[in-house]
Amino acid sequence: MARADFQVEEKGDGAVLSLSGDWTTTSLGRTGRRLQDAVAGRKVARIDLTDLQKFDTAGALALVQGGVGGLGKAAWKARPEAGRIYALVEKLERQSVPPPRRADPVTRTFAKIGHGVYDFAAEATLSLAFLGRLIAATGSALKHPGRIRWAAWVSQAERSGLDALPIIMVTNFFIGAVVAFLGVDLLTQFGAGVFAVQLIGVSVLREFAVVITAVLLAGRSASAFAAEVGAMRMNQEIDAMQVMGVNAFQALVIPRLAALLVMLPLLTFAAMLAGLFGGLLVTWSSLNLGPAFFMQRLQDDPNMFQHAMVGLSKAPVFALVVAAIGCRQGMAVAGDVESLGRRVTAAVVQAIFAIIFLDAVFALIYLELNL
Amino acid sequence: MTAPKEHLIEVRGLRSQFGDNVIHDDLDLTVERGEVIGVVGGSGTGKTVLLNTIIGLKEPEGGSVSIFGRDMATLSKEEAADVERRTGVLFQSGALFSSLTVLQNVAAPLVEHTRLPIDTINEIAEMKIAMVGLKPGAHHLKPAELSGGMKKRVGLARALALDPELLFLDEPTAGLDPIGAAAFDELIRQLSDDLGLTVFMITHDLDSLYAITDKVAVLADKRVVAKATVSELERSDHPWIREYFLGPRGRAARAA
Repeated sequence: MARADFQVEEKGDGAVLSLSGDWTTTSLGRTGRRLQDAVAGRKVARIDLTDLQKFDTAGALALVQGGVGGLGKAAWKARPEAGRIYALVEKLERQSVPPPRRADPVTRTFAKIGHGVYDFAAEATLSLAFLGRLIAATGSALKHPGRIRWAAWVSQAERSGLDALPIIMVTNFFIGAVVAFLGVDLLTQFGAGVFAVQLIGVSVLREFAVVITAVLLAGRSASAFAAEVGAMRMNQEIDAMQVMGVNAFQALVIPRLAALLVMLPLLTFAAMLAGLFGGLLVTWSSLNLGPAFFMQRLQDDPNMFQHAMVGLSKAPVFALVVAAIGCRQGMAVAGDVESLGRRVTAAVVQAIFAIIFLDAVFALIYLELNL
Repeated sequence: MTAPKEHLIEVRGLRSQFGDNVIHDDLDLTVERGEVIGVVGGSGTGKTVLLNTIIGLKEPEGGSVSIFGRDMATLSKEEAADVERRTGVLFQSGALFSSLTVLQNVAAPLVEHTRLPIDTINEIAEMKIAMVGLKPGAHHLKPAELSGGMKKRVGLARALALDPELLFLDEPTAGLDPIGAAAFDELIRQLSDDLGLTVFMITHDLDSLYAITDKVAVLADKRVVAKATVSELERSDHPWIREYFLGPRGRAARAA
């Protein structure tokens, strides 16, 4: 590939421009700028093409911008195909438009705050509207059980429930083990090592099993729901359902919601077992207290069953929150890819936030109820 | 020119399959420099699969594909970059980068493959946008704000950004109104004449075939059953080709 170059010579009737090398996109470099400076203020009467090799539209553009204009077809007689390219570029109405001006930083900051407030209110309104439609759809599903889509329900239960079982059990196993390590270590200092069993029981059954399970499902299913429903929106599938008279809530949201509603308590129960198992292994190895002792201490505590029930009671609420937020964000996806990414992120963040927030609310309520 | 024409694309004994589903079996196709070739075939005959195989997005299950005389299977990294520089592809729905503006989309191949100063890149991109007939007002729009026809034009401008020798078009006129489609045909024909482009065009549009192609390759029975000019194909006795060109739509396009 030969670099583009040129020479300008003054002859009797005007300047002669000799081109050499490849005048193409890849080999042009800064030659275009140099040409502009060299030709400035002169009239190019003829061009010499003997040494010109390849020539493309970028080369033609460099000539046109360099002020080499008004050459007729005759000037290009030696290279008619280059002449055609030059003619094509020369007659284009090129025009540069500055990018839309951005406001100054102060205005932008205030605009951002304003948009934020407005968006928050708009989001809240839309969430309430979603909730309303959801309640209506649930009501009509309960009134006409024949319309419930069992196939979708079962497949969702499998995908977002059963398939999540391994990761949920492994995670909770480690949580139980970590709590046991900390508990055993701290409590032995007071000579109360055996109470580590109660600590494990209370923390796993009451809090960790259900919260960790719900957070994992928020990461796993809320994002999947938002992405699936959002992709369907972009693909106009939801519009197609609407014109067919299919209620998108009945077809998409209710099965997902119902699937999580059933699966999350079951997964929480499995998570409790895994957490306790993790704790059991640690107490066994570090305190030399066998499984039989561990089970006995749990059974002897009269409140342990209640702790488990408190934990399980939160599961359906978390299930509703995860599924509703996932589907709600999916439904809000607009036509472009960026909004899909934004909505999926929002689904996960909002779902996890809602879980932690509701867990705190539950803690207060149960405290007042002395449970 | 009497010298034998250079084969820009050469497909020999191509076999493509998905699982047990054989799409192409022993398919041969050559495209000569400067040709505008239309590829037609019923739905599911693997036109887009053929395109993807030629541009290297899909590995063939058998046979060989060469572009610019080089076998796609054994390209070195530098050769592959060279092939990318010398080819442009317009995908079916434009495939514009949704996070970039129109100007940035067209400039993207230039930024990637050349060392030009950024203002020169922008000027070249502006020229390409003008070349495909878009107004400068569109420069700073995002793809989501464009109509279907505009997206195709931006996609074409991006495909032309590096002045490729070989241009692949996947159903360029699908989804355009007849006036827009005719204008697009005219544009491609003009660009291929002026810039000496070789064009490989998948299409269902009979009007496009009559208006701009030099040769038409017909995909049927898992092979290219014919590669000839439109008027030669009209006289073919292959049942699918007869139905295609001599059916009511074919007759209407020929009359036009």
